[in-house]
Amino acid sequence: MSLTVDDTRWVAHLARLQLADAELATMTRQLGAILDYVTQLQQARTDNVEPLAHPLPIHNVFRDDSPAPSLSVDAALANAPQRRDNFFAVPAVLD
Amino acid sequence: MADLPYRIVIGLEVHVQLLTQTKLFCGCSTRFGQPPNSATCPVCLGLPGALPVMNRRAFDLAVKAALALNCRIASFTKWDRKNYYYPDLPKNYQISQYDLPFSSDGHLDIQTPEGTKRIGIIRAHLEEDAGKLLHEEGGSGKDSLVDLNRTGTPLLEIVSQPELSAPEEAKAYLEELRLLLKALEISDCEMQEGSLRCDANVNIHVPHADGVAATPIVEVKNLNSFRAVERAIKFEANRQYGQFQSDGKKLGDRGVSKATAGWDDVRGVTVVQRRKEEASDYRYFPDPDLVPIEVDSAWIAEVRALLGELPAAQRTRLQSQYALSAYDTEVITRQGRPFVAYFEELARGCGDAAEAKNWLTNEILQTLNDRKSDVRAFPQPADAIAELIREAKATGLNKQRARDVYAHMVSEGGTAKEVIKKLGFTPVTDEGQLRDIVRRAMAANAKAVTDFKNGKVKAADAIKGAVMRETKGMARTEMVQQILLEELQRA
Ligand SMILES: [Zn+2]
Repeated sequence: MSLTVDDTRWVAHLARLQLADAELATMTRQLGAILDYVTQLQQARTDNVEPLAHPLPIHNVFRDDSPAPSLSVDAALANAPQRRDNFFAVPAVLD
Repeated sequence: MADLPYRIVIGLEVHVQLLTQTKLFCGCSTRFGQPPNSATCPVCLGLPGALPVMNRRAFDLAVKAALALNCRIASFTKWDRKNYYYPDLPKNYQISQYDLPFSSDGHLDIQTPEGTKRIGIIRAHLEEDAGKLLHEEGGSGKDSLVDLNRTGTPLLEIVSQPELSAPEEAKAYLEELRLLLKALEISDCEMQEGSLRCDANVNIHVPHADGVAATPIVEVKNLNSFRAVERAIKFEANRQYGQFQSDGKKLGDRGVSKATAGWDDVRGVTVVQRRKEEASDYRYFPDPDLVPIEVDSAWIAEVRALLGELPAAQRTRLQSQYALSAYDTEVITRQGRPFVAYFEELARGCGDAAEAKNWLTNEILQTLNDRKSDVRAFPQPADAIAELIREAKATGLNKQRARDVYAHMVSEGGTAKEVIKKLGFTPVTDEGQLRDIVRRAMAANAKAVTDFKNGKVKAADAIKGAVMRETKGMARTEMVQQILLEELQRA
């Protein structure tokens, strides 16, 4: 198995997940197993296969640049965990 | 720059907002300054099940920009998801272009003190903008506020080669880029409103015993004006030199990765923030909700036909066609296409390109600056100002008087002829009338006449002055001179 605990810690960080050491060990084992399984795909021969960008054989689907109605502010904010005036409120972000 | 103990290497990443009415993948309005969260929908809020559909005009504008930047347009391009978590990104991914951007390998020529310099463009690609985060001031300090109106607005990202070698060159590049994109009506490039944003990748090459050492690259963000770009690069290069002197760390050393820094405009310093995410950290993959785009040569030809004359070609033509200096040409082209059109109409209308240039770059530009307005809102058409120039020349109206007429035309309206009459600037050209005035002036200045007769030629000036006062300066000097001499000889 090639996945390390540090890899898992970094991926968890990217996903903004906080994992305890015990969880990190479990996740490394489980995620590693999945990766090992998927790695079998690398044995498939793809020398003469074009990379697939989309499963359907269609392209160039466009719409005109004409405005459509937007949601009302209340509807837009309906799912907000926290609302302040007409804004979504989130825990303070300090870049 | 010649005296620095290092060479600066700069690459710019510029984001411009495209002049579309709606967002990249939904019909929400992109208008600036709408009430918070009033221009969103399930697509740009990233609600489950919503399907994005590509804005055709955004793609056309992007292709137009890429062609103007001499880029190669890819025949096949697709959309990728760039995954990261931030409160201004409701989907937790940004739709962008990763390995197959729609355009690449272009260039933009800029003017430097050493002459024209060609700056390579690595690529230009399309992506969607994120929302806006507001940090509450004076509030509890616990929350940040999110406005998602901007989410999904079409952005064109233009990435230059690291071929700019001075802060001044970076500024020249941005100015030329802005001129080009504004002329083509691709973007209004307002840094204040965020429709043009710039990040600078900076490092330095320091000569030493074994050759040249390159310092680790720092991406400087939060550059809110062209001046900030210049100052930040200057500061960052110098900071890197100091750092290199103390730790000797080089680009490519183990454990050295690209960093991000923010520019603090008030303090005038860059603040190195964090390890920059590697591309793999964004876990790019093709967006399954969007289909690829195929561009054929007919489509490219169609867009190319819309380009018209680009600023660089326009400069060359104006210089040769109207015998303008490089400096004057720059002043005129920098104001944009409508201004150039006004100039050409004025030059044609008055038949004197040099005079047209003088009026345009002095009086008219001054008026526009005073009014903070654009030539398209200028109250007098080029024909009217051309008439003023012709009239002034034909009637010998001096520059100050012509300026008075101009000021009146601009503030009160009216044609040049009408205003000249109204202000009493109609020239006295009737010989009989002028002769009467000369005779009266001689009678009132008997001593001067006697002095003249006694050989004091200068004495005639006093009489001439009296005539000019009487005619409010509206008599032709040569004509007054002629009549006065005749009358003096007769006296
Ligand atoms: Zn929307």
